[in-house]
Amino acid sequence: MVLQIIWFILLGALFTGYAILDGFDFGVGMLHLLAKDDQDRRALLNSIGPVWDGNEVWLVTAGGAMFAAFKNMYATVFSGFYLVFMMLLMALIFRAVSIEFRGKEPMRWWRKLWDGGFFIGSLLAALLLGTFVGNIARGVPLNAAGTFTGNLLTLLNPYALMVAVTTVALFLMHGSIYLVMKTEGPLHDRVRLWVNNSIIFFIICAISTTMVTLIYYPRLTDQFRAHPGLFIVPLLMMLAIANVPREIFQKKDFLAFISSSAAIALLLATLAIGLFPNLLYATNNPAYSLTIYSASSSQYTLRVMLIFAIIGMPLVITYTIYVYWIFRHKNRLNAHSY
Amino acid sequence: MNTLLLSRIQFGLTISFHYIFPLLSIGLSAMMVMMEGTYLATRDKKWEQMTRFWTGIFALTFVLGVATGIVMEFEFGTNWANYSRFVGDVIGAPLAAEGIFAFFLESGFLSVLLFGWDRVKPAMHFFATVMVALGAVFSAVWINVANSWMQTPAGFVLLKNAQGKVTGAKMTNFWKVVLNPSTLDRLEHVLIGAFLCGAFLVMSVAAWYLLKNRHLPIARSCLKLGLIVAIICSLLQLLTGDFNARMIAKYQPAKLAAFEGAFPADAPEGMGVAGWVNQTRQQFYGLRIPGMLSWLLYGSTTRPVEGLDAFPAKDWPPVNPVFQSYHLMVALGMFLIGISFIGAFFWWRNTLWTRRWLLWIFVFSVIAPLAANELGWFSAEVGRQPWIVYGILRTSQGVSPDLPAGDVLASIIMFGILYALLFALFLFMLNRKIQQGPDDTPRHPSQEGPLPQHGRMEA
Ligand code: HDD
Ligand code: HEM
Ligand code: HEM
Repeated sequence: MVLQIIWFILLGALFTGYAILDGFDFGVGMLHLLAKDDQDRRALLNSIGPVWDGNEVWLVTAGGAMFAAFKNMYATVFSGFYLVFMMLLMALIFRAVSIEFRGKEPMRWWRKLWDGGFFIGSLLAALLLGTFVGNIARGVPLNAAGTFTGNLLTLLNPYALMVAVTTVALFLMHGSIYLVMKTEGPLHDRVRLWVNNSIIFFIICAISTTMVTLIYYPRLTDQFRAHPGLFIVPLLMMLAIANVPREIFQKKDFLAFISSSAAIALLLATLAIGLFPNLLYATNNPAYSLTIYSASSSQYTLRVMLIFAIIGMPLVITYTIYVYWIFRHKNRLNAHSY
Repeated sequence: MNTLLLSRIQFGLTISFHYIFPLLSIGLSAMMVMMEGTYLATRDKKWEQMTRFWTGIFALTFVLGVATGIVMEFEFGTNWANYSRFVGDVIGAPLAAEGIFAFFLESGFLSVLLFGWDRVKPAMHFFATVMVALGAVFSAVWINVANSWMQTPAGFVLLKNAQGKVTGAKMTNFWKVVLNPSTLDRLEHVLIGAFLCGAFLVMSVAAWYLLKNRHLPIARSCLKLGLIVAIICSLLQLLTGDFNARMIAKYQPAKLAAFEGAFPADAPEGMGVAGWVNQTRQQFYGLRIPGMLSWLLYGSTTRPVEGLDAFPAKDWPPVNPVFQSYHLMVALGMFLIGISFIGAFFWWRNTLWTRRWLLWIFVFSVIAPLAANELGWFSAEVGRQPWIVYGILRTSQGVSPDLPAGDVLASIIMFGILYALLFALFLFMLNRKIQQGPDDTPRHPSQEGPLPQHGRMEA
């Protein structure tokens, strides 16, 4: 029992790591076309150059961990959300190759092409990830065997699309703050404007999504009402969000970035608490829901995996920090740049 | 076309495509470790230029490996949901371990390898190169554990429901899962196969530079280094291939029988050299060395080998495709040994550098280890049919229930187009990087001349 809860938290941590880290990559990708000339675009691209690939590994590892810890969830979600997921994969592939190929040829059309790929890949990925999250929050129809019984249109419901747009807004804000830290000169000044706009956009989205959630999906608040102490999590989340414009205004860009990272983490934590102990809520018959107990692997496997995590995650965090440390400076283009 | 067939096609397509890039990445990163190590030991600039050049190509193979790998990670869930439910308790752990212990290591240090040349000290950079190479090897290790468990399951119990129907597998001993009977044999063979790809890629480019009279000092060193690795690894590949055949004979006799197109239930077996198997007539047409297989497996030309007739026909894999891919792999293995020794011979005579016909063969022979690897996996995986987990779960039982065939068809078409495009781009970029060549201009400016490099024809 305890192991299931630990793995629920660890899996949440992996997805959170992914959202925070790849989130700013997506933000940069979505802002990419706003940069006017080639020099600026390269500056944006290279701000994530050394790290985007490592960031994506968080998704891969979260997927592997979900397979190992909650195999039934892994099976249901990915077979059920088949087409949405295939599009996400395509978007990720496009983004990866666009980053890699763009700078390799000087032709204008070539660079335009991959600029487009980078933008669309990032936008689509953010939208689809948001759709995912929206459907997890909302729940989907399942049968007794735990198989998804809806179709693509079930997944593209208004609520999920609303979460998708909110996700885009969140990543835009997060990505633009990252860019403020990484750019210099006139570009830097323009990026500041993007930050302001994206903060406003995000706050509007966040408020409306919250309202809709509270009205239509009160189920997600059950845990909070049962354990009022947990209200601290959404409260801190709101503080973190409110803190972002404050830090930006004072030009404490790094603190703004920490704030928006914290906001993402607390947002996902709020969602996780709302879901608990469900992993995937069955809207047609709650008894069919996949919970952390019904979807999990055996205690033995969970224990083995916990040992992996205890050995592996400190290592991972060490070299992640090390890499970010080496590439901490504002980036300047050189022979190795994209 | 049903969901099952389409899912099988899709899995075969996506994994075969993914596999091209890890092969090159694993092999190339090992070569880069040797090159950069030599640079640190000798401080000869040539080796540094070489490492930098190959790093650029590595970046390309790596990014494609990552882009296509992410598809694989989720395909068990998307297309093989029942399989995931059934064996997720066992198979999930190695996949998660691959993420935690291999991919993070590899991608973390990759950034230092690619972008850190001027930011960290040479020794630190070398350390990063070694870590990237190790990360690549680790991912091969863990993915092989997963695959080998599917071939020779161990360290688990089967769970049954109230009606006595088997509902899934539960891991009972992690180390038995990791060190299942086929892991080590398969791992050695797979890793050496990847090193061969790295060596032959390096040799191919080096041979081409020699033919074009460019970057001569670097090209010679690359060719020598590649040849040394190729000789050692091609021989080891024969040896470990033999280990694998013995292992298969013991644990998957139906697969071995299909490898050799052997039908009689119990008779001494010859080894096929080339031929054609008619599965319905149960006939083999072609050349076979009598008693050779019995001798290779058991050291006696008369000891019987189990043929396909010893197994119910519903447990047979498709025989002819398996026979053909297996024999092509072995033939390519022999070719690699041959060409490596011919190369070594002319190196010893010191005429390798100008022997144009041989250099041309080297230019194209990089295709051979790549093909041998793909064919080897094809034999292993198709030879495992009709089982998805050998003896426990049939492929037909593993597919996602309620997944519309149309959805899978759509994704196959999507991957088909996308991958064709990626492959074309890959070749294009690879060609450009090779044309640009290592940055050794200060060494012989006179040779570079005013002509644009890629416009120049044969010297
Ligand atoms: C450069 C690549 C390469 C070369 C030259 C060879 N192989 Fe191989 N072979 C592979 C690359 C490979 C592989 C792709 O790595 C496989 C697929 C699965 C595996 O374990 O290794 C494989 C599988 C494989 C299997 C089946 C393992 C299974 O079913 O799980 C056998 C019996 C052999 N090999 C035997 C040989 C022999 C006798 C060779 C003679 C020279 C040989 N291989 C050359
Ligand atoms: C990179 C080398 C590999 C290649 C080229 C390869 C090739 C293939 C092919 C051609 C098939 C289709 C077989 C058929 O349906 O007749 C297949 C199936 C499959 N393979 Fe592999 N494979 C590789 C590695 C792996 C690994 C490492 C795993 C597991 C971790 C794996 C798991 C599977 C599964 C689950 C299926 C689908 C079910 C089945 O058809 O048996 N494969 N593979
Ligand atoms: C079905 C089986 C497979 C799955 C699920 C899988 C999964 C993945 C994933 C998710 C990545 C991207 C990692 C990243 O983002 O950094 C990747 C890359 C990689 N895979 Fe696979 N893979 C499979 C088969 C194989 C096989 C058979 C090998 C080698 C023997 C292999 C070796 C690698 C390596 C070395 C990389 C690093 C990228 C590169 O070097 O190109 N994979 N794989």
